[in-house]
Amino acid sequence: MNFSAIRAIYMFEMARTWRTLLQSIVSPVISTSLYFIVFGAAIGSRISEIQGVSYGTFIVPGLVMLSVLTQSISNASFGIYFPKFVGTIYEVLSAPVSYVEIVLGYVGAAATKSIILGLIILATAGLFVPLRIHHPFWMLAFLILTAVTFSLFGFIIGIWADNFEKLQAIPLLVVTPLTFLGGSFYSVNMLPSGWRTLTLFNPVVYLISGFRWSFYEIADVSLGVSVGITLGFLVACIVTIWWIFKTGYRLKN
Amino acid sequence: MSSIISVSNLTKTYASGFKALNGINLDIQRGEIFALLGPNGAGKTTLISIICGIANLSEGKVLVGGHDINADYRAARSLIGLVPQELHTDAFESVWATVSFSRGLFGKSKNPAHIEKVLKDLSLWDKKDNKIITLSGGMKRRVMIAKALSHEPQILFLDEPTAGVDVELRKGMWEVVRQLRDTGVTVILTTHYIDEAEEMADRIGVINKGEIILVEQKAKLMQKLGRKQLKLHLQDRLTALPATLAPYQLELADSGKELIFTYDTQSERTGITTLLSDLRDAGIRFRDLSTTQSSLEDIFVNLVRTGA
Repeated sequence: MNFSAIRAIYMFEMARTWRTLLQSIVSPVISTSLYFIVFGAAIGSRISEIQGVSYGTFIVPGLVMLSVLTQSISNASFGIYFPKFVGTIYEVLSAPVSYVEIVLGYVGAAATKSIILGLIILATAGLFVPLRIHHPFWMLAFLILTAVTFSLFGFIIGIWADNFEKLQAIPLLVVTPLTFLGGSFYSVNMLPSGWRTLTLFNPVVYLISGFRWSFYEIADVSLGVSVGITLGFLVACIVTIWWIFKTGYRLKN
Repeated sequence: MSSIISVSNLTKTYASGFKALNGINLDIQRGEIFALLGPNGAGKTTLISIICGIANLSEGKVLVGGHDINADYRAARSLIGLVPQELHTDAFESVWATVSFSRGLFGKSKNPAHIEKVLKDLSLWDKKDNKIITLSGGMKRRVMIAKALSHEPQILFLDEPTAGVDVELRKGMWEVVRQLRDTGVTVILTTHYIDEAEEMADRIGVINKGEIILVEQKAKLMQKLGRKQLKLHLQDRLTALPATLAPYQLELADSGKELIFTYDTQSERTGITTLLSDLRDAGIRFRDLSTTQSSLEDIFVNLVRTGA
């Protein structure tokens, strides 16, 4: 294992984060604060409690997940797309590093960044609404699992994308709708039964449900199913990345 | 001398069906400076990319320091430093950070003293804290060389190191390469400037259309190919050449205003002195003169024509 290479890539990516602190951390925090002001304070006060939890409090796990998901994808996809775009990828490809080390470096940094971000947003939420976390261990486990899984997914997008439009397309056209329809702002049980069945095909439902359970012990689907589906997606991403490096897809011609 | 890089029957076919390399066999000796000459699109960069691990090979085998580049890529790649043709840099990083990153990437423990030495050798020390985006093109190229040298490679690939580089910097680059060779580093450089190969290389390989046309000691190759032209810009237009000048096989150009003499730089006598005195005797006066070396383009034409 070339640990020195993993550290070099990881530190390099983290340095990029600190350099772009404003975009990386401040802007997601501001946008989440706006959600809390609008949905938590302004509109939320007129919405009745959901399963014994006030609406403002109810949406906290969903909002954290929303940010962690989108940030993981954008961090990781940009992290690998940018060296491809400016050409500096040559150095990583010509270095004595295995693909596992490359992935650990890039995905590790992307996931770290979004975990930090998730915790900051959680702390920000605590300023607006009362928070309680019943299962802090599970909360952290879901946070890390989601960050890693979607950073891997972002890494795949970053390799697949050969222009900036493609880089934006999946997050905008697929991930954002899935997240909004995944129960960030409502319980899936509030939907009419037909829509509810359809929603169960949305993997984000399971993430948010499991994450919310770790806070309030209320869930749309069982914990086991949540963990299982998330792990399943994680494995799918790992297999895809294994194939990418094996074939050199979009990396080596 | 033992070969440090051994390429056998290497073929590269792109998905489009284009065959960029066709049955390449090439051995690079330890400690030599090898120049790979060829026109644009000849396959120079493709060959380097495969050896360095940036592109996959289609057929054949490459050994670097005795290690197979696929089966034993870690051992093979850790011997190599690569300076690609394009200036790929992390614009917002400092020189120091980017060079240190390269060392870490190649699995070497931190060694600020070595990086300091590399930066000083390349006259980059006073720029070490500058962001790369603020550097000139020539400095960026030196940063790329510093990155390649950061992990103390035994083999250095320089892909068109002096493309778009001014004369002074070019000389500086040559000096750096010589110093490296003196420390035992094997240097492989690609170029389409014949004078660069002539200046630097111990051996020269010529590649065209994905095939190695010849590999030769520089001295021998220059003997074969080192033809120059002397152009005399005449004072008065000439319509025909006097018979006394026939042995020189002169050409009249620019509708009689230019006289062209082709000679061999390697021969004992180039014939320039006698030509000039014969010209004076014939009463032909000239305003100006210039010499040009046969371009690689001409050399290729010659190589192809003679079927070498």
